[in-house]
Amino acid sequence: MAISFAGAFAGHDKALEFRSARAAVLANNIANADTPNYKARDISFNASLNNEMRRLQLKGTNARHFTESAETELTGDLLYRNPSQPSLDGNTVDMQREQAEYAQNSLQFDTSFMFLDRKISGMKKALTGN
Amino acid sequence: MSLSNIFTISGSAMSAQTVRLNTVASNMANVDSAASSADQTYRARKPVFSQMMNDSMRKRGWGSTKLDNTGAGVGVKVDAIVESDAPLQPRYEPDHPMANEEGYVFYPNVNPMEEMADMMSASRSFQTNVDVMNSAKSMMQKMLTLGQS
Repeated sequence: MAISFAGAFAGHDKALEFRSARAAVLANNIANADTPNYKARDISFNASLNNEMRRLQLKGTNARHFTESAETELTGDLLYRNPSQPSLDGNTVDMQREQAEYAQNSLQFDTSFMFLDRKISGMKKALTGN
Repeated sequence: MSLSNIFTISGSAMSAQTVRLNTVASNMANVDSAASSADQTYRARKPVFSQMMNDSMRKRGWGSTKLDNTGAGVGVKVDAIVESDAPLQPRYEPDHPMANEEGYVFYPNVNPMEEMADMMSASRSFQTNVDVMNSAKSMMQKMLTLGQS
């Protein structure tokens, strides 16, 4: 049986991509904390997952056909946050909340990274065989 | 990889907050700059922030990554620096060398309390963005060690 990277990584590489994309969105919220009329945004993991599952599967009729696309696209998943408290200048960034989300996201990134790292070291062990 | 976007985003926020700190410094420095007429008097300056959108970045050849299509912003910029419309402070000081014919001297409309609050807000925002950048940096450094253990 050939080793499939996609199978071996079990989606943790995609999770890592999602975490870094979300970090950029949250960093943008924090950067725009003082911008009038800026609306805080976020990516939803569920929407991202659904998008991934809805993806069209190409049919392979030859062994050399590619079976899946190499890149993930996070399109159309960007939502607006519900503000907990209105502010006069129309800005909906809640600094404490954004910082908490950013910290949590960064920890989740570390978790996904750890999983991926262990998967790779497991494969390495299987390949060296000693 | 979108982690590198964070450096642009936080960097733009840091430079915008620096402009804000600069206007505060200018306002505080000129708090007692007297003038003999209303139009020569210094007026408090305030920066106006606006969201930096991807389109403008793409025009300058920045954004080529896939993530741009999501419509997420890529930072903040200083749109303009506007002068405050708050009333000036005319003071009756006939002995002042800059007094006009009626004996009035005009002082700027700078409110020191407001400026101090603005200064604290700007420096806290700056710190937060430095932290965000640091954390993105450690995330990127971690990515480089993938598969080494």
